[in-house]
Amino acid sequence: MAVASVSPTPLLKDELDIVIPTIRNLDFLEMWRPFFQRYHLIIVQDGDPSKVIKVPEGFDYELYNRNDINRILGPKASCISFKDSACRCFGYMVSKKKYIYTIDDDCFVAKNPSGEEINALEQHIKNLLSPSTPFFYNTLYDPYREGADFVRGYPFSLREGVPTAVSHGLWLNIPDYDAPTQLVKPRERNTRYVDAVMTIPKGTLFPMCGMNLAFNRELIGPAMYFGLMGDGQPIGRYDDMWAGWCIKVICDHLGLGVKTGLPYIWHSKASNPFVNLKKEYKGIYWQEELIPFFQSATLPKDCTTVQKCYIELSKQVKAKLGKVDDYFLKLADAMVTWIEAWDELNPSEGDSAELANGVGKLTV
Amino acid sequence: MAQVSIPDSEVDIVIGAVQSDLASFMEEWRPIFSRYHLIIVKDPDLKDELKVPGGFNVNVYTKSDIDRVVGSSSTTVLFSGYSCRYFGYLMSRKKYIISVDDDCFPARDNKGDIIDIVAQHVSNLTTPATPFFFNTLYDPYRKGADFVRGYPFSLRHGVSCALSCGLWLNLADYDAPTQALKPGHRNSRYVDAVLTVPARTMMPVSGINIGFDRELVGPALFPAMRLAAEGKLRWETVEDIWCGMCVKVVCDHMGIGVKSGLPYVWREERGDAVESLKKEWEGVKLMEEVVPFFHSLRLSKAAVSAEECVVEMAVAVEERLGPVDPVFARAADAMVNWIKLWKVAGTRSAVA
Repeated sequence: MAVASVSPTPLLKDELDIVIPTIRNLDFLEMWRPFFQRYHLIIVQDGDPSKVIKVPEGFDYELYNRNDINRILGPKASCISFKDSACRCFGYMVSKKKYIYTIDDDCFVAKNPSGEEINALEQHIKNLLSPSTPFFYNTLYDPYREGADFVRGYPFSLREGVPTAVSHGLWLNIPDYDAPTQLVKPRERNTRYVDAVMTIPKGTLFPMCGMNLAFNRELIGPAMYFGLMGDGQPIGRYDDMWAGWCIKVICDHLGLGVKTGLPYIWHSKASNPFVNLKKEYKGIYWQEELIPFFQSATLPKDCTTVQKCYIELSKQVKAKLGKVDDYFLKLADAMVTWIEAWDELNPSEGDSAELANGVGKLTV
Repeated sequence: MAQVSIPDSEVDIVIGAVQSDLASFMEEWRPIFSRYHLIIVKDPDLKDELKVPGGFNVNVYTKSDIDRVVGSSSTTVLFSGYSCRYFGYLMSRKKYIISVDDDCFPARDNKGDIIDIVAQHVSNLTTPATPFFFNTLYDPYRKGADFVRGYPFSLRHGVSCALSCGLWLNLADYDAPTQALKPGHRNSRYVDAVLTVPARTMMPVSGINIGFDRELVGPALFPAMRLAAEGKLRWETVEDIWCGMCVKVVCDHMGIGVKSGLPYVWREERGDAVESLKKEWEGVKLMEEVVPFFHSLRLSKAAVSAEECVVEMAVAVEERLGPVDPVFARAADAMVNWIKLWKVAGTRSAVA
């Protein structure tokens, strides 16, 4: 069988930051050392700022605790969550790189079915650097992967694809279940390695997990706000979900792609389902209202940048979700604060790149 | 989730024979197929005698049978080549139909076990589909999986699954230009997943390896899009792609689901992509016209059954695509005739 020669995946070591929220320690980095050591880390320390977080030797990093966040953002720091890993989005804001990879501190290197260690970062980079195909489903999954292609019937005018904004990775071992599912299935482990990457079609929402996530900060960064969670807030464990619904609506509007599937990481820690239930409780009810809201959200044609899309979305959140709970009025305001803070910290970027509407002669 | 067990008597396996010697094909599939009733339809253009080994519970239909049911003038128009299998769908009276091309054989999964495609298709069809929200762990009803955090609870009961689209190892279902460009390219990646293709997402349904719920969508699988230069190789057809776009619109409209992924079959080498390339790329060009049409197609609330959906779609095809190319006008006609035929020959009350 002829094997096509494959050019090596670029390292992007000067173009990618790894953002890690932590409250404990960063011992997990030892296992990731062979894959992460060449990259710059942004560590967002949640919880007690007087605690010293020890970073393993040899890593190049910047670390921000709550005092730093308050100092840098001033009153705008109110939009950054406290006592919740949602605070990680501060790392996205202060980064100066084109790409971000974010990973939880209880995620380790997984092995593929052949027993080889998975370089998750390399796979995310591959996903981000190859196009997405949101307008037509390819039954053989990502057509740009080595060994795959577009199937018969796939329109040629859609084979150029669109830029990929987000790469959503998965997890072996402890699956990302909600509290009720965890309580009913405490022993269930994800042992199924699904060897696929695919584009989530336009118009379809998904539950975005922030445990193993990469994105093109220039394309979608300002929309990656992880909301108001944790201390003083009525809800937790919906930070990444909220960001995921927002980015999907915006990506669909701007003609950008979102991929899901490989790479897998090994998720080692199951959080306490009773604690989780208390955090998620309101979310379980609210998401019944949130999903129809996001499914029907449309953005006007003049929203040509991520920031404009996001501000418009915040107005719609205020107008339509305020009646669900006052929390959403606060959240809508926080979304605006976030964009203001983003633009303040990233002035030379200006608005994120205005994107041409669609690629190729067919836009659907 | 508990797997529903379906009696074998509810399943028909339909094979369209475009080659006459089915001996090795049937022998390879015997361990999996022999407990079911089979319908084999011989391509009416095939001159040679059909060779089918014994020991199967099988009904074979040939040109004379098709002539008797539809009239000899329609036989070739509707049922020649790969489209002969639709005659089998018409004649079946079972709830579930599994259909594979006659150049496909049992494949092995990533553990080395032979894949029982019937069991997998039936499992896909008898567990719910989830077209309204994407589950990142794929089919939540599979053993060892579930809905992930953030999946709305009100959507977890799912909807009926009407169509199960399987995949192919070895020779994948590529078009001729793609296969000709990469002649050595073979699909060796076993992706251990089934997933629901989301609502309003268009997809290329390949007729090579499918299962469907005949009661739900039988009338919506029809032979309508026949290329002028259609040949006896999959590279030279788009009939299944057209039909698949239609059936996806029907499923989306009726609020039922389509799954894609497992099971895999092993597809044997056949034909020469470069030779097929020499024929006009009619199919490829036509696909460019149809995508915007299907994307914007909406059926009325009055279309409740699959038959009603197809009739409405045929009108839309005639009006909006008819002027673009005569092949579409012919397709619209074929769709209307198919529904008439279905009412006469395809329903329970009709005598096979």
